[in-house]
Amino acid sequence: MKAPRFSYVRPESLERVLELLAEHGDEARILAGGQSLMPTLNMRLSEPRLLIDINRIDALKGISLEDGTVRVGALARHAELLDSPLVAEHLPLIAAAMPHVAHVAVRNRGTFGGSIALADPAAELPACAVALDAAFVLASLRGRRTVPARSFFHGLYETELAEDELLVEARIPALAAGYRSSFLEFARRHGDFALAGICCHARIDGAVLSDVRLACFGSEDRPRFAGAASAAAEGRAWSGEVKEAVKAALGGDLDPIGNFHASAATRLHLARVLAGRALDRMAAAG
Amino acid sequence: MADPPGAVGRPLPRSGARRLAFGRGTYTDDLRFPGLLHLAFVRSPHAHARIVKINPGPALAAVPGARVFTGADIARVCTPWQGLMDNLPTMVSPPQHAVAVDRAVWQGEPVAAVVAASRAEAEDAAAGVVVEWEPLPAAAVRDRTLDEDAAPVHPELGSNLSYAAAIRAGDAEAALAGAAHVVEGDFSFARHTGVPLEPRAVIADYDPGEGRLTVHGGHQAPWHQQDTLSRHLGIPEHLVRVVTPDIGGGFGIKLHIYGEEIAVSAVSKLLGRPVKYVADRLESFVSDVQARDQRVSARLGVGEDGGIRGLSVDALSSLGAYGSYGRPPINEGMMTITMAGGPYANEHYEGRLRVAFQNKPPSGMYRAVGQPIACAVTEQLLDRAAHAAGIDPVDMRRRNYWTDEACPVRTPGGIGIGRLSLRACLDRLAAMMDYGALRAEQAALRGRGIHRGIGVATFLEMTSIGPERYGPAGARISTQDGATVRLEPSGAVRCVTSVIEIGQGTHSALAQIVADRLGVAPQDVAVVGGDTSLTPHGGGAWASRGLTIGGEAVWRAAQGLRENILELAGSILQADPADLDLAGGAVSDRATGEARIALAEIGRIGHFRHDTLPPGVQPELAVTRHYVPDAVPFALANGVQGSWLEVDPETGEVRLLEHWVVEDCGRIVNPLLVEEQIRGGVVQGIGGALFEECRHDEEGQMLNATFADYLVPMAAEMPDIHVGHVETPLEGTALGTKGAGEAGTVGAPAAVLLAVNDALRPLGAQVDSLPITPESILHALAAGA
Ligand SMILES: Cc1cc2nc3c(=O)[nH]c(=O)nc-3n(C[C@H](O)[C@H](O)[C@H](O)COP(=O)(O)OP(=O)(O)OC[C@H]3O[C@@H](n4cnc5c(N)ncnc54)[C@H](O)[C@@H]3O)c2cc1C
Repeated sequence: MKAPRFSYVRPESLERVLELLAEHGDEARILAGGQSLMPTLNMRLSEPRLLIDINRIDALKGISLEDGTVRVGALARHAELLDSPLVAEHLPLIAAAMPHVAHVAVRNRGTFGGSIALADPAAELPACAVALDAAFVLASLRGRRTVPARSFFHGLYETELAEDELLVEARIPALAAGYRSSFLEFARRHGDFALAGICCHARIDGAVLSDVRLACFGSEDRPRFAGAASAAAEGRAWSGEVKEAVKAALGGDLDPIGNFHASAATRLHLARVLAGRALDRMAAAG
Repeated sequence: MADPPGAVGRPLPRSGARRLAFGRGTYTDDLRFPGLLHLAFVRSPHAHARIVKINPGPALAAVPGARVFTGADIARVCTPWQGLMDNLPTMVSPPQHAVAVDRAVWQGEPVAAVVAASRAEAEDAAAGVVVEWEPLPAAAVRDRTLDEDAAPVHPELGSNLSYAAAIRAGDAEAALAGAAHVVEGDFSFARHTGVPLEPRAVIADYDPGEGRLTVHGGHQAPWHQQDTLSRHLGIPEHLVRVVTPDIGGGFGIKLHIYGEEIAVSAVSKLLGRPVKYVADRLESFVSDVQARDQRVSARLGVGEDGGIRGLSVDALSSLGAYGSYGRPPINEGMMTITMAGGPYANEHYEGRLRVAFQNKPPSGMYRAVGQPIACAVTEQLLDRAAHAAGIDPVDMRRRNYWTDEACPVRTPGGIGIGRLSLRACLDRLAAMMDYGALRAEQAALRGRGIHRGIGVATFLEMTSIGPERYGPAGARISTQDGATVRLEPSGAVRCVTSVIEIGQGTHSALAQIVADRLGVAPQDVAVVGGDTSLTPHGGGAWASRGLTIGGEAVWRAAQGLRENILELAGSILQADPADLDLAGGAVSDRATGEARIALAEIGRIGHFRHDTLPPGVQPELAVTRHYVPDAVPFALANGVQGSWLEVDPETGEVRLLEHWVVEDCGRIVNPLLVEEQIRGGVVQGIGGALFEECRHDEEGQMLNATFADYLVPMAAEMPDIHVGHVETPLEGTALGTKGAGEAGTVGAPAAVLLAVNDALRPLGAQVDSLPITPESILHALAAGA
């Protein structure tokens, strides 16, 4: 398990990263935490000519709050998100998700941007971003653009990122008054990619839910915004009946892909159970 | 000052662990050799295919200086072998080449060896070797391999059946027909493998000047390796030396003869250069031996009183593509049918076994060999019978154990039982679990919709197998071990042992035995081993034999040295050796305990001042002894395990809450080492119960050959494991130890299976397949609803 030959460059400026991307396109790969990229190289699943190490680019680092929006730099490590008081206070959904992301060693190096750019369908952060209506800032020599999370993920490891583009940061609306989040996932072992997972975000007024946003992961080839299930709860007081309606509607949202870890039917079943439990918790909290 | 005698039995921290913690471990991959070449294998992408042509051209163009050796090239210097046994005349298994010659019979079988200056370049070159394949149909679904229309794994054999056996005692059919309750199960045990932290690794260095082969590698049975290399590469045995540096775990995986390791030596012989190969994780999954893989249908009949009337077991066991070389390859299945029902009094038994080839990696011995299967089948049926007869499961066991009066006894499966301590273990376990209170808690929680289960499983562990089994098989594997213990001039002691240290800490326990015999502190004893050219000949690390056999040899050697020291001291002190003793690092007066002369003084005189000794005194300060286990055919350890867990019927999740083991491995030399073995064994057993499985598709492609998809048990999911001991020393040996390395793995799958089914029973569901997955529980619940 040795990687094939490649060249390595560690630019000191964002500008230089973008130049290299423009020059090498698909022949180049960004190296962030390396937790997903290095195994694929060593297993010879991908053979890029050039690795562009972005770990020196300060502009990609850090987590900050600006005008009700949390900016998470692409290089923010999983461990930083896990420990951040800012995330705990303003992005409780992500705070709840982080302990489920891999293990300590992987979290120490793995980055927020790497997770989003990789777009593993069973990863937690992409689904959180969808539920929270995050927007991603992408940069290239051609300029910057901002893409909503809901239209960023195209398929299995496929995203809106063009060959010459770098994910710079995410802008995530901070928790607004009256809103709550709830996160649940089901994995065979702690830290494994989930067989099913659910992110819930909604406004709760008394027991009445509004602006309900449910996003599922580990089911399909990408994180899925569960529109029908969200609508089934919208404007209604949480009850056993609404729970059943949400679970039923989820069948319309999700068309899970089965594999040897769990069949499509089992994954749908698990997603339904988790959705019910997550909303139960959300309604019970506070 | 030195410790008093009595080092045996003390919970001393193991000596080797400190060295490893200091980063001073030296594993095969850490060794440096000038002029070293690296080897990578080209492996078959097909589970079954004919090799039409191998074109090394593009590889050589890509990596100038690389060399490619096909199976035919290797076969010119290395003869094939056959996984057969002299005492199994009806067994068939075809010759196996180190590297496939005409046909590849499993996905991952090596078909060419590529050598270059670095591993990365060897892999670059391997990627360039072009093999022209003619794919053939594969037999890859265990339960269909013996069907008429199954693809033949080895067409020349005419069938996929390698071996069949039957055991009959009494009349099981009639007994079952007459029983008040008959329960049954159709069990499946998935194929899995051991996953040592360090993969298989080997460095072979053939010196053409002397015609000498030196092999460094993490092998559990280096003498078996030496014998194989000598005979198959045509190198006289005294010119073959196998050195085992630190070994990062084995679990049986490193016990076997593999084409890869032998091919590396063959290539070294062809090139006259040192050659290294380290298996990476991906190739370990398709080349390490795999194990378990059985379908077992079984029926148990009991009377109204819960007494066992009869047992019938029918096992289909899978070998993979070849039988393992030099060791009984059918053992997984044989252990199932010989050990089933073992702990329980019974007269009527029928065991049937069929062993079949499949286009999958060869099967071999993995920690506990077949016994977890025998245990799970027996214990699950006993639980079902207890339920049918309305008897508490713990009580059910107590009623059915062989009584002390009945022992010694030969079980209907053919296992000789001397003395067991099952009742004592069960009582102790029930007390540790607070069994009655736990049952009450379970009932109370059920009322609140929380589904918890209790599993209590009895196990026997066959350890330290002696010559009775390996001799008649014609296995060129020794069941004895040897040791040299010598007094150094300073009074410190060295012990040279044939016991192979693979991470289990046995060497540390050997130091305790020596210290005990010689009255010195364990830290004054250095234990070395792992070089077939220097240590006494031995068997290696398998069958939980290190202390029972190797430890006994050390005990005897140390005892011999003790006598020699006292004799020498007698002539120095002008005393009768019978009046002298060894304690506190000195020769003392037996009657008064008073120190007479320090061991350091004996060492000095015995090595340097022969001039001061009376004429005719020949100090013998090194003693070698070998021990052939002759007291019993094997040392039978026993015990009981308990599992307490919760099943979430909505998700199928199993949460392990607590696990208990009470074990009897005879005399305990170091309880810390025993408890490490038990806990580690339980964890591995839980792996088999809930997580581990080599999954292949119907074409024989392994689907989950990475650690992301092959789920090993991890700390977060493990319960606290409480260990209790009952000590019944093995009779006929000085030490009285039995093995402890596999006990945890034998009993844990059964305990967990029973607990899951105990939780599911009120919901009308049962699972009979391991590993138990969330999905299998959901399916069972759906079927039961
Ligand atoms: C044992 C293990 C368990 C894991 N478990 C989980 C888990 O449970 N949940 C989970 O979500 N993840 C898990 N992961 C993945 C881990 O979170 C990764 O770190 C993460 O998915 C990728 O982040 P990285 O910084 O390591 O990216 P890298 O490996 O460096 O890169 C991944 C990919 O993204 C690209 N990329 C990275 N950054 C950018 C950027 N700024 N712009 C454009 N492209 C970019 C790279 O070119 C590459 O193609 C696990 C990983 C391991 C090894």
